[in-house]
Amino acid sequence: MEPKIKIRDMNFYYGDNKALKDINMNIYEKKITAFIGPSGCGKSTFLRTLNRMNDFIEDTRVEGKITLDDIDIYSKDIDPVELRRKVGMVFQRPNPFPKTIYENIVYGLRKNGVNDKQILDEVVEDTLKSVALYDEVKDKIHKSALELSGGQQQRLCIARAIAMQPEVILMDEPTSALDPISTMKIEELLLDLKENYTIIIVTHSMQQAARISDETAFFLNGEVIEHGETKVIFSNPRDKRTEDYITGRFG
Amino acid sequence: MVREHYSKKIEDVKHKVLRMGSLVENVIEMSVKSLKDQDTELAKRVFTEDDKIDDLELEIEQDCMNLLALQQPLAKDLRTIATALKIITDLERMGDHAVNIAKITLDIGKEPLIKPLVDIPKMADRAQEMVKLSLDAFVNESVEEAEKIAKMDQEVDDLYDIVIEEVFKILSERKEFIKQGTKLLFVGRYLERIADHTTNICERIIYMVTGELREIN
Repeated sequence: MEPKIKIRDMNFYYGDNKALKDINMNIYEKKITAFIGPSGCGKSTFLRTLNRMNDFIEDTRVEGKITLDDIDIYSKDIDPVELRRKVGMVFQRPNPFPKTIYENIVYGLRKNGVNDKQILDEVVEDTLKSVALYDEVKDKIHKSALELSGGQQQRLCIARAIAMQPEVILMDEPTSALDPISTMKIEELLLDLKENYTIIIVTHSMQQAARISDETAFFLNGEVIEHGETKVIFSNPRDKRTEDYITGRFG
Repeated sequence: MVREHYSKKIEDVKHKVLRMGSLVENVIEMSVKSLKDQDTELAKRVFTEDDKIDDLELEIEQDCMNLLALQQPLAKDLRTIATALKIITDLERMGDHAVNIAKITLDIGKEPLIKPLVDIPKMADRAQEMVKLSLDAFVNESVEEAEKIAKMDQEVDDLYDIVIEEVFKILSERKEFIKQGTKLLFVGRYLERIADHTTNICERIIYMVTGELREIN
């Protein structure tokens, strides 16, 4: 299978500090790929290079090549806004806009000039259903999104990302601010969503990576130490550092 | 339902254990029928069926290892996976005993049987039924059924005693039958062991349901 995203000889710098070193990785379509590793190992930085979110940070620099469907995402012809439509993102803390549930979901579409009520209604219903939130909120979609629980807000943020019909969804610790039941709901949702989307998730919970991902990459000090099938990484890793980390013997 | 994907994987393991169990029932029946009918072709088929049992054991073990490594099973889920891992070892061993019986069919070949086989097929019937019922108890998660099945083991032991007595009696009169007679004693022993393995399965079912580890019989 041809990888959806290819990363070749990639280095990333914050000023003079080389935060990511010689990253080479393939990310496959309609799979969940998890990045694990201790704090400060570069996994979130790496995630943000995949939709050029690091462009917002001054004095940062990327070397090497990252392609999405064989198109270089750092090429001069690429519009980062357009890229982020294809490669959506969900953050650690649910961050709904202080608007209604409905307006949160259609926000991106309206920004892109879609105002047909019928289309927007359909998108709202479809996306709420696909994040398993429809039954819970169908009677209050014109009420403020801030009235929802944390878990519901995070599912709404996923709905908002999906409404733009992305191909890839990046998730930066999407459940770290949620209780265990809400976490399980999001994990279950991701397992359903991977039928249609390529999902890349940064998580501090190794158990979460184990439970839901198809592929896992272990990062340490800006390097990818080991990347492979999740069941192999968690039952028979090749590198001793991976073994030490996943068994809690690290450091 | 939350964790539907995970629950489905546990259900898949249970289904595979059932499939393995029905293959085992089948080889027990085939092996003893091959002996009774002196059907060497049927005996050879026991070997190929046993290969399927062995493959399935490895597959289920791998599934269980993946669930343990990736899903952090707890409480009853954990006990179910541990039970599956133990049950498949017993089932695999039962398959090996059926193979041993099939080998004896091949050894005896067309040499006339020293006696018509009556109690050995009865033992096989009982053992086979115990396997079937124990797997029903596994699916139904029934402690009551498991305890009842374990009691059936006594019937198999009693039949085994009859087989031993009978063969000893023949051998005391006809020394030239010693070779075949010994083989038939082994068949009895294999069937008795199969029934014992079923008792082990019943113990694990009780553990799976109640969390209590105890010996029956």
